[in-house]
Amino acid sequence: MKQRPPLSFARFWAIVLKEFVQMRRDRLTFGMIIGIPVVQLMLFGYAINGDPKHLPTAVLMADSSQYSRSLLSALKNSDYFRFVRRLNSENEAEKALARGDVQFVVTIPVDFSRKLLRGEKPTILVEADATDPSATGNAIASLRTAINSGLQNDFKGPLAFLAGSDAAVNLRVHARYNPEGISQFNIVPGLMGVVLTMTMVMITGLAITRERERGTMENLLSMPTRPLEVLLGKILPYIFVGYIQVGLILIAARFLFHVPMAGSIPLLLLTSLIFIAANLAMGITFSTLAKNQLQAVQMTFFFFLPSLLLSGFMFPFRGMPEWAQVIGEILPLTHFLRIVRGILLKGNGFSEVMLQLWQIVLFAAIVLTIGVKRYRKTLD
Amino acid sequence: MNGNIAIDVRGMTKRFGEHTVVNGIDLQMRSGEVCGFLGPNGSGKTTFIRMLCGLLAADAGEGTCLGFDVIRESEAIKRHIGYMTQRFSFYEDLSIVENLDFVARMYDVNNRRQAVQDSIERLGLAARQKQLAGELSGGWKQRLALAACLIHNPRLLLLDEPTAGVDPKARRDFWEQIHELAGQGLTFLITTHYMDEAERCDRLAYLSYGNLLTHGTAAEVIAGAGLTTWSVSGSELAELALQLRGIPGVNQAVAFGARLHVSGTSQHLLEQAIAPFRTEQHTWQQVNPGLEDVFIHLMGTSQDNYTL
Repeated sequence: MKQRPPLSFARFWAIVLKEFVQMRRDRLTFGMIIGIPVVQLMLFGYAINGDPKHLPTAVLMADSSQYSRSLLSALKNSDYFRFVRRLNSENEAEKALARGDVQFVVTIPVDFSRKLLRGEKPTILVEADATDPSATGNAIASLRTAINSGLQNDFKGPLAFLAGSDAAVNLRVHARYNPEGISQFNIVPGLMGVVLTMTMVMITGLAITRERERGTMENLLSMPTRPLEVLLGKILPYIFVGYIQVGLILIAARFLFHVPMAGSIPLLLLTSLIFIAANLAMGITFSTLAKNQLQAVQMTFFFFLPSLLLSGFMFPFRGMPEWAQVIGEILPLTHFLRIVRGILLKGNGFSEVMLQLWQIVLFAAIVLTIGVKRYRKTLD
Repeated sequence: MNGNIAIDVRGMTKRFGEHTVVNGIDLQMRSGEVCGFLGPNGSGKTTFIRMLCGLLAADAGEGTCLGFDVIRESEAIKRHIGYMTQRFSFYEDLSIVENLDFVARMYDVNNRRQAVQDSIERLGLAARQKQLAGELSGGWKQRLALAACLIHNPRLLLLDEPTAGVDPKARRDFWEQIHELAGQGLTFLITTHYMDEAERCDRLAYLSYGNLLTHGTAAEVIAGAGLTTWSVSGSELAELALQLRGIPGVNQAVAFGARLHVSGTSQHLLEQAIAPFRTEQHTWQQVNPGLEDVFIHLMGTSQDNYTL
């Protein structure tokens, strides 16, 4: 008996050619195959930086002597600190940190130069928003050296006795909100936003394309329904699913990771609703753009990747270049992360939350408008 | 305004890019009529139906459907028509009763539960109502689709190849039901490729490459074609057909079961053409042309606009 050859080149080649033809027909998939590596290169190559510098810093300066100024310029020269604001009270400092406007507040006490001159070691207080320990770690580590070397120039003449000594100034660092620098405290609440983004966009992204692929869309369109009815009707069940996820993560955060819950949980649940809705709107809009379920999944991925990398979930937001921060500011996840971390770790209330929330609402409104416009009431 | 007119449209046109898929079709139908919509695949039947129910926006055309403006009042039209798509388009992962209930809610049917139960019983689906639609055979799917189309008491039903892939018994039952409903005043527009179904329609419309070639009762359509047809029986008919085709006067030579139908538009030319072939070997007999002869003739004379 003649043995069949294990591989027919002609048949194998026929499959190869067919795959290429099909690949060429599905432009979007092909675009994604090329586009995703490019996006990844851009994001990982340029946007991400594990050593954030030029962090916004406010100063509460009760003593405006030459020494205070030297100290500030020393911090500035370290490249880690960028002074953006002058504060007038402890209260303002508290607020600026809670809202996340600044990463650090440097407090120079009233009697700073007097004590310094007397060799009494005045205390400089540096408060850091340490919700994300990786954003502040290097800056805090650089503080001591920066301060010492910055003041050396002033230690001349009668002050020469202070020169060379490490301890002309007392440095006190308060790592606020996450004093032990436990990264889970930052990641677990953030994960809530990441999980919701992933699943909500994907699930609804499939919702309409599925109807189209299975042919049920034609039937649905022949019935007297309005686009808004269909879109909202498809969103609501998944809001429920989203809440199950939120619940699961909150329970895990509380009992497995012992994440502090400083703020109001009802407020968190309320803002989650808006965040879920924004992601569902995004998914629905994708599903009006995608031709089939595969494309919807690809679009989800295209949205998810920047959300994951540019929102401040994986890498410090302030470590990214300007352009990446601009993109990050558009993404709902960025704002939701600030809200969740703010509520749980900082104990933020409604007014701080609102600063971020309106941007999510705006995003949802714009995206849903596109979705309703794109949802085809007719088949052409 | 005549209350008995169900459809009255003129100049309905749809283009997809360069192609004119439906080219200025006029159609009038009275209430209670069953109109058969025929034509080869891709002739624009489905597109025309989709324009009638507002699924596609017409590029040109005007008129009324159930008294509503066919261009501007598609929302109102949708409430009063039932559209059964060519491909099964209910939810395969919902049961029969869930599908019907969904449709009933979509149309805001009064007494919804009752309406769903009635429709299940009327169609003999009671025993299967909990079964998922995806598990049903072709015939049962078709029954379900029809039940769903009827649940809101529409006045016009647009059925797009409702009996494709359905066995002969189910097809027969289906048509009986259609005539029963038509007797109650429901109007039907049905596309089909089956001649026996075409013969059961009150009126026929034949579309080819977007153009309405003929329109009328079966008798009118046949008469309008002006065909003369001879039926031949005997041996080696395929050979004979090959010889006949191409001879001036013979428009077509088509096998009908064990017989060959030879048709021409001019009786005189046809008789001249077939004279040399009327030998002992075959039995020749002039017959009245049937719908199929006419449709094959229509198909042969119209030009494919995709090849232009």
